Amino acid sequence: MANLTLVQAINLALTQEMEADSRVILLGEDVGKNGGVFRVTEGLQARFGADRVVDTPLAESGIMGSAIGLAMGGLRPVPEIQFEGFLGPAYDQLTNHAARYRTRSRGAVTIPMTVRVPVGGGIHAPELHSDSPEAIYAHTPGLKVVMPSTPYDAKGMLISAIRDPDPVIYFEPKRIYRAFREEVPEDEYTVPIGKAKIVEEGTDLTVISWGATVLQCIEAMDNLPEDLSIELIDMRTIYPIDVDTIVESVSKTGRCVIVHEAPRTCGFGAELATLIQEHCFLHLEAPVQRVAGFDTVMPYYKLELDYLPDAKRIAAGVMECAAY
Amino acid sequence: MPKKTAYTAKIEYLQILDENGKLDERLARGTLKDDEVIFLYEQMTISRHYDEIAFKLQRSGRMGTYPQNKGQEAGPAGAGYAIRQHNPEAWLVPCYRENLALFLNGLPMEKILLHWMGDERGNQIPDGVNILPISIPIGTHPLHAAGLAWAGKYRGEDRVAITFFGDGATSEGDVHEALNFASALKLPVIFFCQNNRWAISVPSSIQTGSETFAQKGLAYGMPCFQIDGNDIFASYKVVKDAINRAVKENQPTFIESLTYRLGDHTTADDARRYRDPEEVEAWVGRDPLIRTRKYLESKDLWSESKQKELEAKAKEVVDAVVKKAEGIDKPTTDDIFDYTFAELNGQLIEQKQTLRTSSLGTHPQQEGLQTHA
Ligand SMILES: Cc1ncc(C[n+]2csc(CCOP(=O)(O)OP(=O)(O)O)c2C)c(N)n1
Ligand SMILES: [Mg+2]
Repeated sequence: MANLTLVQAINLALTQEMEADSRVILLGEDVGKNGGVFRVTEGLQARFGADRVVDTPLAESGIMGSAIGLAMGGLRPVPEIQFEGFLGPAYDQLTNHAARYRTRSRGAVTIPMTVRVPVGGGIHAPELHSDSPEAIYAHTPGLKVVMPSTPYDAKGMLISAIRDPDPVIYFEPKRIYRAFREEVPEDEYTVPIGKAKIVEEGTDLTVISWGATVLQCIEAMDNLPEDLSIELIDMRTIYPIDVDTIVESVSKTGRCVIVHEAPRTCGFGAELATLIQEHCFLHLEAPVQRVAGFDTVMPYYKLELDYLPDAKRIAAGVMECAAY
Repeated sequence: MPKKTAYTAKIEYLQILDENGKLDERLARGTLKDDEVIFLYEQMTISRHYDEIAFKLQRSGRMGTYPQNKGQEAGPAGAGYAIRQHNPEAWLVPCYRENLALFLNGLPMEKILLHWMGDERGNQIPDGVNILPISIPIGTHPLHAAGLAWAGKYRGEDRVAITFFGDGATSEGDVHEALNFASALKLPVIFFCQNNRWAISVPSSIQTGSETFAQKGLAYGMPCFQIDGNDIFASYKVVKDAINRAVKENQPTFIESLTYRLGDHTTADDARRYRDPEEVEAWVGRDPLIRTRKYLESKDLWSESKQKELEAKAKEVVDAVVKKAEGIDKPTTDDIFDYTFAELNGQLIEQKQTLRTSSLGTHPQQEGLQTHA
């Protein structure tokens, strides 16, 4: 066991998967000598060589498209897109090709690649460095989308993603890259894709979140009345959705608040709320609440904390739902 | 003959002022007059000081990430000045390492600071200033220059668009689409590529297999030049000529401006991780400010006392700019919403109103329960 940050846990998973499987190669902008702009791939080029940790030209479509080719060619590429905003230039390759090859070739061509992407706000970065586009990709059939929020999950889910036979977008909540440490086993282990985690059990109200806002939810819970028993769920995987865990929880509590950074309209919270009303209608005591970003462009950092759901707004949402 | 040479090409390199401050008088003919050289030297010095202060603001927590322009002043100075003199209505479509070209063409200096202070009003360009907000997504904006030039051509205006981007940007597909559109549709665009040898930690040798960046424009059928980007004369001349071709013949031009990023990529970067200090040292000697000053001194146009005066002036100018930028109140939360559309729709209005009163962006009637965001 070692006490690791999220960044270190990801680095460890990459190291071990590269040790174990020579098909695993990393590619992206500044991932080699510089170890990535967040130092996630620190030391990996020195260890595995420039053939396996590849500094590419500055071209996201190039990175994504050639990673697709590498995957078809029998490798297990792990491309990095430097910030979620720069998935833009790679969008066509990702959604129109990576996501569709299995289907359009009726299973003859598959794309086992893991696209690593730092995601979300809260780090005082310039524009297009703070967005939360997970719903866009969850809405793209053929892509799996994950977003771990703890070092333990980060390691286990990255290993699952790399071993997965299909394309996985592995979002890394950059705000909590170094926010805290956690015991992470030395040995390789997997955390399944498609399985949410109950962070805290409770009986009165379910709070669902993922990524960096899980920490905001935990903070919010510290300031809620003690007699309000909250069940906190970290989705960990956006798609495929773990419907069972949610339905079981909300059937028990009858109340649910969903928290995400992304814009409210058509955010992933909307899908969860729909699933809840489909499956838990007769158990519901209150409308499902959303505490989310707004339907605007993510503001520059002077206003980003006004935009992002924080513990106060989450607590208020919970109280409103509890009082309904 | 079944076998022949279908195409040959060469790339001209232009340097007029060398690193020792020696001017090639013949090549310099018709370029910058002495008072213009003095003016640009002053502007480059102010820009350098601006950069140093911006760096300090970041280090002391008064500003976010900032990309220094240090060492790259001459290319944008010559190009920006050529635009200002010969096509003042031109559109400038920049990224972030040509502040001086923007200042020379009317961008208030506090705008750039405001931008990096995380305030979007830094992108709100005043009326009458034909400059787009600096482009954060690399290599995506040259297409907008193509469109702007197209619009000018459509309207019959003699108006060019100049776009600035880095060596790294040339790897993005959009840059190539912009080059192709400009050439195929005959658009008056000037592509000004600042090859500073690095794209964050990636050297240009990894960026491309081409010997020069200039030759990338050749494939699209436009005149291409490589210049010493630390030479204001070369930069001025090549852009002036490009304006002429653009206006008279609707012909685009591709310019590779050879320079060097003397600082880190941004304040968040540490170039020592990937750059040889000897390489940096060599480029310190090619600093555009030093050679321009040497030239002026050689012509008895500059003195120690003038230098002192200039440094005092630079300090005064930049102090005032910083004061202005820091004196602007934090934007209100309305600023998040107000520019989403010409007219806000119901949901946005509700979210905007409730952000100020509610935690949720909904249910304004339950105000009593809410905290102030
Ligand atoms: C589309 C896109 N991809 C990646 C980035 C991250 N990034 C910012 S600057 C940069 C390097 C740019 O290099 P270059 O074009 O040579 O310009 P320079 O910074 O050297 O002036 C990268 C990779 C970005 N801003 N936009
Ligand atoms: Mg560069």
